[in-house]
Amino acid sequence: MAVELVFDKRPKWLLNLNDGLIMIARSARHIVRNTDQLAGTFFQPIMFLVLFATVFGGAISQALPEGTTYLEFLMAGIIIQTVAFGSTTTAIAVCNDLQKGIMDRFRSLPMSNLAVLTGHVISDLFRNGLSTAVMVVTGLVIGFRTSASVLDWLAIIGLIALFTLTFSWVAAIMGVLAKSVEGVQWLSFILVFPLTFASTAFVPEEGMNRGLRLFAANQPITHVIEAVRALILGTPIGNHGWLAVIWCVGILIVAVPLASILFKRRSTQ
Amino acid sequence: MTKTEYAITATGLIKSFGSNHVLQGIDLKIKRGTMFALLGPNGAGKTTTVKILSTLLKADAGTVTIEGLDVCDDADKVRSIIGLTGQSAAVDELLTGRENLVMMGRLYRLTKDSAKARAQELLEDFDLVKAAERPVKTYSGGMRRRLDLAVSLIATPPIIFLDEPTTGLDPRSRLAMWAIINNLKARGTTILLTTQYLEEADQLADRIIVIDGGKVIAEGTASELKSKVGKDRLELNFNDKKSLQAAKVALGSAVVDSNEVEYSVTTVINETNSDVKQALESLSNAQINLKSLSVHQPTLDDVFLTLTGKQKAVETTGEEE
Repeated sequence: MAVELVFDKRPKWLLNLNDGLIMIARSARHIVRNTDQLAGTFFQPIMFLVLFATVFGGAISQALPEGTTYLEFLMAGIIIQTVAFGSTTTAIAVCNDLQKGIMDRFRSLPMSNLAVLTGHVISDLFRNGLSTAVMVVTGLVIGFRTSASVLDWLAIIGLIALFTLTFSWVAAIMGVLAKSVEGVQWLSFILVFPLTFASTAFVPEEGMNRGLRLFAANQPITHVIEAVRALILGTPIGNHGWLAVIWCVGILIVAVPLASILFKRRSTQ
Repeated sequence: MTKTEYAITATGLIKSFGSNHVLQGIDLKIKRGTMFALLGPNGAGKTTTVKILSTLLKADAGTVTIEGLDVCDDADKVRSIIGLTGQSAAVDELLTGRENLVMMGRLYRLTKDSAKARAQELLEDFDLVKAAERPVKTYSGGMRRRLDLAVSLIATPPIIFLDEPTTGLDPRSRLAMWAIINNLKARGTTILLTTQYLEEADQLADRIIVIDGGKVIAEGTASELKSKVGKDRLELNFNDKKSLQAAKVALGSAVVDSNEVEYSVTTVINETNSDVKQALESLSNAQINLKSLSVHQPTLDDVFLTLTGKQKAVETTGEEE
């Protein structure tokens, strides 16, 4: 054989980390090459933002505090909603891998199997970042203005990234559990739809009935939305900031090991 | 670790999925540097066996050692010396051929430069250079299989598992795949091949085990298996009934079968040279004109059908003696 093989002799934990990077690069290539999905990443946020702002704007603005436009109110909600829906792609990607022969290949390699999940979750962070950026730019074009400082923006980006990561790991679990891609879509629909709509994403909680309001006011997505919203509008953030972080970190602590265990079990069947 | 002459040994493999007892005690030993075929019909347990041997699946009972390493206790070490080509092409559809090779090379823990150089070499060896920069989803079935095999060879593992490498390929691609596999063997790779094509096992493998219903039902070289079913037969054809009758008399007890419609007789031959010569001399002495003659060896199909008990009009004339 002509080519002499040189093996990477670095410590195992570093090689495992490297596996993660390789799998992130793989998933990132998937994102760029899956042009249909990429188009969705660009156009869905634009459509949602413009439709919600123009259709609901007039009716809802009367329920908003003095001096706040619906667009300013909506921005936080629609970003989080888009990210939550976008995590479905993580679930689909995981489900796809598990159903194809490529999973057997990965498992027959001396690699870290968790890297397959990490790859999808982390690259999803990039894709959702892109979606969010598109949305903010669209917002600015149709009249969104904010008094948020650079520090506020860093906090906003941090919160959105943390939320995306959390939701993607939850989505990874759905991807592992689902038997088919159609199944994934239903699972995430059942989870994401109520969580995003029964929140303060699109309307203030004041107009909801008591039961709904109790749920909406205390569920994690509302805290994330309210924290981001306060940072955008420059209003007091209250407890929402740290509650949002605690929720996300708490879910991550459960979801990451759970996803790994389920993934390992599913892929050895 | 004492090195034996066997690269792969499995003893008493048992595996069930619920009430489906897929493997019911498989034993096998594969000598280093040889090609071993696991032959059986669909559902015989071939893929399950390969999955257990290649660390993908845990057996309910039994042990497997690969180069002295236990597949359960030393899974990662085993994984670094084996290559697996599964039934469904295990390549990434959205990546190009080259990207697939480099990625898998890196995951085999090759350095970046080494993975790239090796990828280029394999693309050349497997006639994929032109398609190297195209996403795999644009590849034909044969190209996919070649890439799939190339991927499992990226770190030149000394042991290769090929699970039905030619199922679904057209005849030309199959021949190309056979050439590649033979080439691998020539380099000293230990190969375990599963197939449901008897011809494939016959062509490629040094040793064959036949499994059915999760059990080993026969083991040996292709010729040993064939001899289990029956001996070679000599078929003699004549022009008319008169010659046929005369021939039957001349050949006497050697005749095991005759066909009055096609004017042919069949004799069993134990030793090709002398038996055929003797038959022809008998005919010649009786002045009988021969129309044609042919020697039939039992095919692996005969072996297979006989051993699995799924008789399909198999002639067992040789056994009737």
